[in-house]
Amino acid sequence: MRPTFWQRLDQLARKLTPVALTLLLVIVGQIPWHLPGLARVAPLLPLTAVYHWTIQRPDLLPAQAVFCIGLLVDLLSGGPIGVNTLVFLTVYGVIYSQRRFFIGKTFHITWLGFALVAAAAALQAWLLVSIFYTILIRPDALMFQYILTVVLYPVPAWLFLRWQQVFLRAI
Amino acid sequence: MQEPFRPAYRIATPLRNIAQRFAYMGLVLAAFGLMLLGRADTVLMERLQTHVTDALTPIMDVLSRPVATIANIVDYGRNLANLHDENAELRETNERLLQWQTVARRLELENAHLRSLLNFKPDPNAHYVSARVIADTGGAFAHSLVLNAGTRDGIRKGQAAVTGTGLVGRIAGAGNISARVLLITDLNSRIPVLVESTGTRAIMAGDNSDQPRLIHLPPGSVVNPGDRVVTSGHGGAFPPGLPIGVIALVGDDRITVQPFVGRDQLDYVRVMDFGLEGILQPPREMPPMPVSRGASPNTGGEVASSRP
Repeated sequence: MRPTFWQRLDQLARKLTPVALTLLLVIVGQIPWHLPGLARVAPLLPLTAVYHWTIQRPDLLPAQAVFCIGLLVDLLSGGPIGVNTLVFLTVYGVIYSQRRFFIGKTFHITWLGFALVAAAAALQAWLLVSIFYTILIRPDALMFQYILTVVLYPVPAWLFLRWQQVFLRAI
Repeated sequence: MQEPFRPAYRIATPLRNIAQRFAYMGLVLAAFGLMLLGRADTVLMERLQTHVTDALTPIMDVLSRPVATIANIVDYGRNLANLHDENAELRETNERLLQWQTVARRLELENAHLRSLLNFKPDPNAHYVSARVIADTGGAFAHSLVLNAGTRDGIRKGQAAVTGTGLVGRIAGAGNISARVLLITDLNSRIPVLVESTGTRAIMAGDNSDQPRLIHLPPGSVVNPGDRVVTSGHGGAFPPGLPIGVIALVGDDRITVQPFVGRDQLDYVRVMDFGLEGILQPPREMPPMPVSRGASPNTGGEVASSRP
């Protein structure tokens, strides 16, 4: 039986949610939380999203979307444009090619994988920004940001998993 | 259901993989290209940034409101707890300030008198635009804020953003309904300052830490921890005398400043228009002829070569 118009629309809407959620996280990451010291080390939530969806549903997060997500992070952050775009694309590329390793692993292994991937991403971002400004950027804030992003990973990851189970199971 | 299509599918998959790989490489190259372009053409990137920020301002505005409300409530609770101590402290401060007021009145009178003797031309009156902070962006690499007011409200690139306690930063780019403030702690921030007690001139340079450094001090100058640092007004970008912070540390190779304004306390900021064009307006932006009255001052996004 061919799906009706509304069924197809519903499917399409569901398919768009991983990208939409990630874009929303980008904007949420910019909110001033009024917590002392947080702004400098705010966790890189979009990276969590790119990591999760690339492992779980790369069909719903194409490379073009990753490019747009990274570009949006760059444009909103006020830093050099292209850095996060490149970092996110690299993360996407690495995980996509090594997906066989990541898939079906326990949560702890996935978390450990994220710690490694995020470390490489932070190092890449640091190198790119340092080259862009041709000075060595102080790495302290970046280090704390990395630690915070890794420590908080289970929160967004759990949300994405639940989302996946509820809305994306049949797609 | 897909059974009849199997063979075609088998051929199509590797082809699609190759296409995907090419698309991916193209995107990586495009990202590289953007970085290079951003290095070469800051104006274009800034304009792009301004437009995107402008477009997302309504969303950020809405999202930041509940958080601000919660922060206010928490603040209120904290204030309630400290009410007694704070009251005693404020009474003491009030007494001291009343004494200062007497002194200030006397000095103001004397000042006015002396100025009239000298035919002194006073500074132009400042014009303020208050705006709410709707985004605190940047993370580890850039320190900037987004305000929910733009050129529509009279904000222009290069103006100073202040709070009641001191300087916050300068407007790095202004869209129609949003503006980006480059904080004084940002890597790209360079501000001509004055150490108040000694009159020593210096440049305050951000380095992405919480405490910017003082550089380019004249040789032999002496600064001490606790000295107040204010804007010097050189270069015309900022009005002179805006408080910035106090000297925190005087080391062998670095002098750091502790700003008065903490980034996390910022809820509303005031953008100051002193009527000073400043060094940020390149000559090509001046109206070509005095006749062109209608030429409005150019928007922030158009200004070239402003990276200090």
